[in-house]
Amino acid sequence: MTRDIYRLMLPVVSLAVLLAATFWLQPRAMSYFGLNLLFNLAVPIALATIAQMMIIMVNDIDLSLGAFVSLVACVAATFLTDAPLTGMLILLALVLAYAALGAVIHALDLPAIVVTLGMSFVWGGLALTILPSPGGTSPDWLRMLMTLKPPSVPMAVAASILIAVVTHLLIVRSGIGTVLRGVGGNARSVQRAGWSVLRLKALAYGLAGLFGVLAGMALVGLTTSADANIALRYTLLSIAGVILGGGEFTGGRVSPAGAVIGALTLTLAASFLNFLRLSPDWQIGAQGAVLILVLAARLLFTRRSARA
Amino acid sequence: MPMTLLQKPWLWSWLAAAASFALIVGLTEGRGAGGLAYAALSFGAFAAIVGLGQMLVISLGPGNVDLSIPATMTLASTLALKAMGSEPGTVAMGLGVALLVGLATGLANFALIYLLRLPPIIATLAASLVYQSLAIWSNRGLRIRPPAALAEFATGRSLGVPNVALVALALSIALWIMLERSVWGRWLLASGQNLRAARLAGIPVEAVRAACYVTVSLFAAVAGFLLASFSGGAALNMGQEYLLMSIAVVVIGGTSVAGGASNVPGIWGASLFMFLVVSMLNSYGASAGLRMVLTGLIIIGIVIAASTRRALR
Repeated sequence: MTRDIYRLMLPVVSLAVLLAATFWLQPRAMSYFGLNLLFNLAVPIALATIAQMMIIMVNDIDLSLGAFVSLVACVAATFLTDAPLTGMLILLALVLAYAALGAVIHALDLPAIVVTLGMSFVWGGLALTILPSPGGTSPDWLRMLMTLKPPSVPMAVAASILIAVVTHLLIVRSGIGTVLRGVGGNARSVQRAGWSVLRLKALAYGLAGLFGVLAGMALVGLTTSADANIALRYTLLSIAGVILGGGEFTGGRVSPAGAVIGALTLTLAASFLNFLRLSPDWQIGAQGAVLILVLAARLLFTRRSARA
Repeated sequence: MPMTLLQKPWLWSWLAAAASFALIVGLTEGRGAGGLAYAALSFGAFAAIVGLGQMLVISLGPGNVDLSIPATMTLASTLALKAMGSEPGTVAMGLGVALLVGLATGLANFALIYLLRLPPIIATLAASLVYQSLAIWSNRGLRIRPPAALAEFATGRSLGVPNVALVALALSIALWIMLERSVWGRWLLASGQNLRAARLAGIPVEAVRAACYVTVSLFAAVAGFLLASFSGGAALNMGQEYLLMSIAVVVIGGTSVAGGASNVPGIWGASLFMFLVVSMLNSYGASAGLRMVLTGLIIIGIVIAASTRRALR
């Protein structure tokens, strides 16, 4: 248990430090609307990070997630608006395709990094076919949902907490979640215990597909239109978010709450750099530097947790 | 021995390249075969150079990959072209600048991996953001032309073969000799197969890893330098497509992502294939979207073919 707490400490501390620095720079951000602006784009990134976490949980990595979220956004901005039933069926098919992908990767013992690399072309091509030029409109209900103004807590923060709690219950507290993490830890002993690793991997990938679909829908609800390249950077953002959140690439050691906090930290880093009035030339570089700094701090925490 | 040929991991990429070549030439009834081969060699050369570097890193074992290749290409070529300033007689200095940039980014990447214990994926990703910013800052949206002699070299040919392909070929042969015939190559593959065992056997594994991360950056710098000279100037997004490309050619070429096995001929087959498959789909009139979908499916198909072949053995 103490190890889990140490695992969560770094993301929580780095988010707190970054938040404090932002408030210090721009005290007006310390309000309902300020927070809403700061974390506006956090929800789709958090959902995509959870999707990536599902894959990293079973020791794989998904290089196609950004393209997949873009495709979902394109479907949501076209079919889901014009023909809701068809749109829903397409999204369901996409989730099933992800589950099938997990099964194929396991059954044929293929390297996930390569298969998902290939799939990134497939998703990207489909997105381009659906929406050759930027456009489309978000379904009204989706836009309303994403721009809800709940009392006292901004939507972005409330949604992030909800995502963290639900995925924590699913992955950390539930029986099936424990077995899923076990696939990343030691697939052979899970198999010996009578589970079908094939089905478990399909389930993990299916969950990733589900959260990828939710990420794309949330993104369209916020941006109200889509294009085929809208979320390409999510691939790398989501990997960084999982690691920032205390996850590791192997061994099924992931933390859903940490991943959500990691995604919030990445979103906040971008807003923070805006407040710094940094020259646009350096914006991207500073984001990289923040990432390096936070991860360097991880050294201190992992040393401490090894001792504990 | 037909069986041993079938077991060569590079076979599939060459078969795929040959098949796409035949399909295009079949469509045009033999016209333009020479031009097509020439174009494939020119464009394939850049993919081959970055692929060779990525191959070294991937051979180090799971988790090792360099995501900073595009940023290094852009930064090296931007600074090199700026240093040369289109003046004649500055080519050697420009190449020197590019190599220095490659050396610096390679060392920086490895420092993050080794000193901060960051997973290579994250380390090179974060570092690449910094390199990208440096390139944006130094570029200022200007497009500086390469010196005439350099541009002529990069777009020219010797004995009917594109010069860039000759450079890539020379690098491949040097790397192949190093991998197959030198103790460094053995050390690299041993480290990729089992890092712990290699360390216990007295192999300086950290030096081997450092050498790989520096080499991939140097190769990326050379590729960026040549690409900028080839296309008449450095552009900020010039490296973009080479991120996925570098990983794709390594795996299609038959190098194991589990590490410990590298494959130089396969890199060439895969690089030619990646160009040819797009030309093939183009010449059959596929739309941009369909082209991407088919490219992805073909990549996965080759990986499945290669892996079932492995399993049968």
